[in-house]
Amino acid sequence: MTELTDLGIAAIRDGVRAGDFSAREVAEAFVAAVAAAKPLNAFLVETPDHALAAADAADAARAAGEAPRPMAGVPIGMKDLFCTKGVPSTAASHILEGFTPQYESTVSQKLWDAGAGMLGKLNMDQFAMGSSNETSHFGNVVSPWRRSDGGNADLAPGGSSGGSSAAVAARIAPGATGTDTGGSIRQPAAFTGISGIKPTYGRCSRWGVIAFASSLDQAGPMARDVRDCAIMLEAMAGFDAKDATSLDVAVPQWEAGLTPSLKGKRVGIPKEYRVDGMPPEIEALWQQGIDWVRDAGAEVVEVSLPHTKYALPAYYIIAPAEASSNLARYDGVRYGLRDLPDGANLQEMYAKTRAEGFGDEVKRRILIGTYVLSAGFYDAYYTQAQKVRTLIAQDFDNAWERCDVLLTPTAPSAAFALGEKNADPIAMYLNDVFTVPSSLAGLPAMSVPGGVDAGGLPLGLQVIGKALDEQAVLNAALAIEQRAGFVARPGRWW
Amino acid sequence: MSVTIDTVRRIAGLARIAITEEEAARLAPELGNILGFIEQLGEVDTAGVAPMTAVIPNHLRLRDDVVTDGGIREAVLANAPQAEHGFFTVPKVIE
Repeated sequence: MTELTDLGIAAIRDGVRAGDFSAREVAEAFVAAVAAAKPLNAFLVETPDHALAAADAADAARAAGEAPRPMAGVPIGMKDLFCTKGVPSTAASHILEGFTPQYESTVSQKLWDAGAGMLGKLNMDQFAMGSSNETSHFGNVVSPWRRSDGGNADLAPGGSSGGSSAAVAARIAPGATGTDTGGSIRQPAAFTGISGIKPTYGRCSRWGVIAFASSLDQAGPMARDVRDCAIMLEAMAGFDAKDATSLDVAVPQWEAGLTPSLKGKRVGIPKEYRVDGMPPEIEALWQQGIDWVRDAGAEVVEVSLPHTKYALPAYYIIAPAEASSNLARYDGVRYGLRDLPDGANLQEMYAKTRAEGFGDEVKRRILIGTYVLSAGFYDAYYTQAQKVRTLIAQDFDNAWERCDVLLTPTAPSAAFALGEKNADPIAMYLNDVFTVPSSLAGLPAMSVPGGVDAGGLPLGLQVIGKALDEQAVLNAALAIEQRAGFVARPGRWW
Repeated sequence: MSVTIDTVRRIAGLARIAITEEEAARLAPELGNILGFIEQLGEVDTAGVAPMTAVIPNHLRLRDDVVTDGGIREAVLANAPQAEHGFFTVPKVIE
């Protein structure tokens, strides 16, 4: 029999419903797998009791003949950016060390209401700021993948949702929540050979999600395949009056709507994404993806998104500006760390607390944000960036006159080694070159595994769709998934 | 673009982050590089372009003007670094 930990969300759900195995058996298998995977450093907190209790509830409901809930019996990992009642939530920061929320985020509550259980809280880049997981206060996550050349270099699981990507890729969780501000679901999914979708901005409530850049932050699922993502996104999405930017629209039945046929669909290939210095393997994968969608019945058209090169600089104004404002709340008064040297006054307490509590990358972004918002610079930086953002969104609107979805690579390379890029912030920022534009435009976008590079490491393809058209994104990703036949998985070394 | 150590000190002061002289000296070129990178936005012609306010068209909702929360003082104070008599406490601010 297949090991239970090899099963994805749909297989677990269906198996529990059919009585092939109990939810308890599934939860116990994943709890044990999590406990045995400490070298990955994927989990900050393990919550076996939560997972087992949800499993027991699922088994009891089935025994009582109740209608099964959508994710009954499925244990998942929860990114530490989500506030979970009674369970420490730190955003992998020192300043929130010891913070135990007295409330539950809307998205996590929806997952529990759907019958899912929690295996634990997942490590991440501190306050979701990073692309390699190296900014976590609690040590970086190590990717379960190793290069096939025999080198044992520890690889980055991507970021910021690197605990999520590593856990799913290592088969110690069948699915995990992620959040995506500029690519933090898609890039780690690509680096670890799993799937992840950032829905339209406003689909998933931000209430109870520790804020980074509020006009960009969106939660989404990370799982083994497209169907699993559809199932989990249905459970996570939905209107929430507690989030002022939550969209008051119905949640479609994305899983039921899945179809791999792209007949009558047009797939756009944005020519500006052919960036200088793109590795030939990424070019080849992209071409392979184009062939796959054509094989699935789509018409392929070239489109132009002329402001693409300005997306990253605009993002690195807007996101730090919003972060500097959002992170002003950490002042040592109401929650989290307080550093109060003898005789210090209130202002000194603020400054010492924040100096002690924030990591280098977080400080860097707060300072950039403070600078671009400061008197005399606001219009030149922030207003200009928001105007460029309008132009970037218009580029996509123009593209939608010619196509239904866009196909691009997810990241400009496969996973890099830990320590390889963290000396140069801009080199790290460039990792998000393909994911940031759709974030700025609030569009749904998904990464799906396409193949491996010469070193045996996964590469991802990205599908970007129109606002609220997650279905087209999922369907195109499914068409790619079926043709890619991606079965590579990391060998267990941990 | 070059950022002076004085500028770093001023910005860190605005952001309420204590920095050492050593950190200020290290941050000045780092921030200069990042600002140099984002300054390429200046070359985009944005005449007549409205700044983005909402990525997805949405309207601000009104809700009924009723009390929906409260009576949870213990929960509010539960994570306070220091709380006394049902209040958050801070160093003396009035001499």
